[in-house]
Amino acid sequence: MMSDTEKARKITYREAIREAIRDAMHRDDRVFLMGEDVGRYGGCFAVTKGLLEEFGRERIRDTPLSESAFVGAGIGAALGGMRPIVEIMTINFSLLAADQIINNAATYLHMSGGQFNVPLVIRSATGGGRQLAAQHSHSLEGWYAHIPGIKVLSPATIEDARGMLWTALEDPDPVLIFENTGLYNLEGTLAADAGAVDIDQARIRRAGRDITIISYSASLHKSLAAAELLAGEGIEAEVVDLRTLRPLDEAPFLESVAKTHRALIVDEGWRSGSLAAEVSARIMEGAFYELDCPVARLCSAEVPMPYARHLEEAALPQVEGIVNLVRNMVRGNG
Amino acid sequence: MPSLGADMTAGILVKWLVKPGDLVKKRDIIAVVETDKAAIEIEVYETGVIEALLVEPGRKVPVGTVLAVIRSKGKPQTIKTKLADSSAAPSPASAPRIKASPYARRLAAESALPLADINGSGPDGAVTAADVSRAIPPLPAQSGSTDQPTAMRRAIAAAMTRSKREIPHYYLQTKVELSRTSHWLSAINGQRPISQRLLPVIPLIRAVVLALAEVPELNGHWRDDRLVPAEAVHLGFAVSLRRGGLIAPAILNAEDKTPEQLMTALGDLINRARKGGLRSSEISDATISVTSLGELGVETVYGVIYPPQVALIGFGKTIEQPWAENGMLGVRPVLSVTLAADHRASDGHRGAQFLDALNHFLQEPEKL
Repeated sequence: MMSDTEKARKITYREAIREAIRDAMHRDDRVFLMGEDVGRYGGCFAVTKGLLEEFGRERIRDTPLSESAFVGAGIGAALGGMRPIVEIMTINFSLLAADQIINNAATYLHMSGGQFNVPLVIRSATGGGRQLAAQHSHSLEGWYAHIPGIKVLSPATIEDARGMLWTALEDPDPVLIFENTGLYNLEGTLAADAGAVDIDQARIRRAGRDITIISYSASLHKSLAAAELLAGEGIEAEVVDLRTLRPLDEAPFLESVAKTHRALIVDEGWRSGSLAAEVSARIMEGAFYELDCPVARLCSAEVPMPYARHLEEAALPQVEGIVNLVRNMVRGNG
Repeated sequence: MPSLGADMTAGILVKWLVKPGDLVKKRDIIAVVETDKAAIEIEVYETGVIEALLVEPGRKVPVGTVLAVIRSKGKPQTIKTKLADSSAAPSPASAPRIKASPYARRLAAESALPLADINGSGPDGAVTAADVSRAIPPLPAQSGSTDQPTAMRRAIAAAMTRSKREIPHYYLQTKVELSRTSHWLSAINGQRPISQRLLPVIPLIRAVVLALAEVPELNGHWRDDRLVPAEAVHLGFAVSLRRGGLIAPAILNAEDKTPEQLMTALGDLINRARKGGLRSSEISDATISVTSLGELGVETVYGVIYPPQVALIGFGKTIEQPWAENGMLGVRPVLSVTLAADHRASDGHRGAQFLDALNHFLQEPEKL
């Protein structure tokens, strides 16, 4: 078991995920990790550094550059009784495995008449902000949230980075975990007894009375930073972390909107057909008579992610944009 | 929604006692309205057929809101039946759709505030929840029967503040020797069963009514910077309520009533004031008010005029005291009478003449 969790300590998001993988490998022999560059290279984002040395080539497996092949292999292993963690380097490349994920992993339980669960966990980096340009920077997790048969997790905090993996591995069905690249260097304190966390509930990350900001992943931290600035102006924003994008836990944000009567969704995905659109519709369905102004969305600009830093920053939701929107909504100019 | 008090801004239509198609005539009671002070029966002043009831029971609407349409006999139907619901779809021709947030609409409906009366501060003038909150009158939205004492307190506070702010009161006080009236009253009551006896205040009220005929400028209302004298004497009588607060319903047309009729009317009025069931005209039409605190031992009352009335008569306790008359000293029942009057409507000279006339009638009780 883990030897380095005697007391609360500083840890990065990246280290928290590595610790979660190590913990799962120690707990359950059926757990193994495979993906591109996860072994000798230590992972494209250095998440799996040192795991090959600790667990050996049988359990930390470098794969060929074929997402369809190794995700398919993961599905097969899961069907065969293993508990695979498949790493897809970035969500952009997951499209090469979309057939395996959507047509196979998500459907087998249904198509086998309930005979075959697929206890597969796929981890993948997502999001922009690191100047990796249009083929490595998109946020497509909202798309996966459209698919019945899978769960879609979006850990935004150190606790969730540390705790969601084990619960996902215990789930009998496919679970996708999307780690925002902008969060890997996030530092935070992890409690000594930190462990598995639920993967079916949204959380209020900051309490407030004037507006509900609903967000997830890296945008959550921008929302919290904006809420802090707004508090200085006397505007108290409540910030909801969705955590799980499918199935959506709508009760917390509906209750929050019933209290604040205003809602802003901050989503790094593109606006059209976004998860933000889904949340907005849920609010209209479930809290229409509580709304004091139209639900607002702050999403990424509908362009392929630019490479240039200033253009990339302009394309992504930013703290200043959140603050301005909220200010207008609360002061009645929105 | 009639104004049933100087500072009434809104009332709750508790129930309708008529339905469309009913024939109503003047003085019929057609509805019950709850104000901050009491549940009041609403009389109708027209004769005709109820064409439409425009306000649903349970709704709180501002004073001046049309509650129902009555068609005079012989006239054709003029108005299409439509509930005056603030959130109901407006008629397409005239009223433009009001922009308001769903939450603001809900708040306005709960407070029975018409959205059209609220200034919107949102985009394109949309009404927001904050706009509705600002538009809600100082009476809280939930002020119904549950919040009665506080609402009553607020209503009294508003009326009395307005009185002291607007009305330049002057006060006159005199002592009335009451032995003749007392003897007269004892003689009358001695021949009657207890249930038909006159209260000591009855000759006082009767004397007020008679004295007002000599100084009519104390009987009426101050409206639009001038005195509007009243033809009839609708004499408001302050009744303290057991649950707290007070109300001053009027004995209507007191000038036409004998002491016996005054007694019947007053008994009925006090009873209904305390149990509920006062009529709208009894609340809104008083032309002068009388307050009597004598039974509590108060010697002299300096009253606050109930706007828009212009005078208030206060009766204290009748006290046995030394009294000089014709060079002789005796012990007599003596009553302290005060007049609080609006100096805009009358002068002290006329006020003094009123008290003199009052005294005169109480010295000749057989004329009462």
